[in-house]
Amino acid sequence: MAEVLTGAAALIMLSALIGLARVLRGPTRADRLLAAQLLSTAGIGALLLLSAAGTPELIDVALILALVGAFASVAFVMASRVIDRR
Amino acid sequence: MTAWLLDLPLALGLFGAGAATLLARSLFGAVLGFISTGLIAALVWVRLEAPDVALTEAVIGAAATSVIILYVASRMSAGAVAPAPPPMAQRLLAGALSVLLAALLAHALQALPDPAPSLAAPILETMAPTGLGNPVTAVLMAQRALDTLLESAVLVFAVFAIWSMAPERRWGRAPGPAFIAEAQGPLAFLAKVLPPIGIVIGIYIAWVGADAPGGKFQGGAVLAAMWVLPWIAGLIAPPSISDMRLRLAIAAGPLVFLMVGLAGFAVADGFLAYPPGFAKPLILLIETAMTLSVAAALACMIAGPPERRAQP
Amino acid sequence: MSMLVSIFAATSVLAGAFFFIAGTLGLLRFGDTLSRVHALTKADNLGLGLIVLGLLPLADSLADALKLLVIWALVLLGGTTAAQLVAGAVRREQEPPP
Repeated sequence: MAEVLTGAAALIMLSALIGLARVLRGPTRADRLLAAQLLSTAGIGALLLLSAAGTPELIDVALILALVGAFASVAFVMASRVIDRR
Repeated sequence: MTAWLLDLPLALGLFGAGAATLLARSLFGAVLGFISTGLIAALVWVRLEAPDVALTEAVIGAAATSVIILYVASRMSAGAVAPAPPPMAQRLLAGALSVLLAALLAHALQALPDPAPSLAAPILETMAPTGLGNPVTAVLMAQRALDTLLESAVLVFAVFAIWSMAPERRWGRAPGPAFIAEAQGPLAFLAKVLPPIGIVIGIYIAWVGADAPGGKFQGGAVLAAMWVLPWIAGLIAPPSISDMRLRLAIAAGPLVFLMVGLAGFAVADGFLAYPPGFAKPLILLIETAMTLSVAAALACMIAGPPERRAQP
Repeated sequence: MSMLVSIFAATSVLAGAFFFIAGTLGLLRFGDTLSRVHALTKADNLGLGLIVLGLLPLADSLADALKLLVIWALVLLGGTTAAQLVAGAVRREQEPPP
């Protein structure tokens, strides 16, 4: 079972890493951000699988990543939300 | 076998993301490349059996660093002059130096005898009086407590450094710009729903660090992020940097640490010595104050130098 | 009984991995930014959801199982907000304000 779980984690991470090609290709900023978000979600999935495969403490790392995963997208729109400074 | 299936792509991915950051043609490409490198690094720390470091890398990289550099990149790109990418020669030099450093480190690791010299055994043996279950926390708070005390002071200085970047006339104002406050919308929804959950998780992570991966820094960083979110949504405004409660919050951790350390002269063997039987409660006291300080300091660092007149 | 649980867990986990791969394919092959956002949310919701579903019967305790569900709920919350924010930003760039 642990082998299957680790193998699935490897599959997910490999796929998300390949998806990072979007960071280079673009063409828009949003595309680059999406690639990073996919990597973040894949990381959470991989951590959950690894925690079930033998290292249970990793579930807390997945919890934290899940909590703050959206912050990059929030920061993405931050500048457009600024009221013109006095 | 499946371990290699996971570790090899991670290692190659780390190199690839670093290369993408260097070779990106636009500022945003480089910024997102850097954020991706941080995410991959967190997983590499996990595979290197350092979950405490992985936790720190994950929360700081995803919630603090990414917020700061994405915001700065947006402001730079919106300015009158678009930032020009650095010349290729400079980038190749940076890449070559990084590869050289990595090669030197790899060679040093290869040259270590097998099994490599390690302090793990003496640490585990001397850990018992502290009552802690997590050897990383034992090292940070007992065996090398002086280093941690100095690092906590460094956080305070970092806040000073960022505040001092503002011109003289802005001293006393509140940090950061003002954000549009929308009562509705996805951001407002997230900013109202996530912080209560995040505060619980942050306190949990800080608390569980005594016996499992976690601790004051990771917990404090989560708490700081839970403040940053409603700030960006325009739901809360930062206080003036002269606000005494803010300054007390930032200084509380190092102060409590220092006082416990000085008390060690009176009740134990010396500076930062814990009286037997009282080690764990004292450590928890210091960690509680430090969690507050880390949260306040990180939030101030993300918010930036003072800009606006604070609302009374 | 536990053989059945293992088969269920493995199937669900591999199905979740399949949706992650589908998400990457969508990210790389779809022609439009908004379509790529759509592909990503499939990976978030279905991919991670199936993985969590598969890991639930393997959890050591009720607390661990609840943590798994909380993590999935957080990813749903964060993922949908992120998708909305990114899509809003893309729309704003496509239609300049009057």
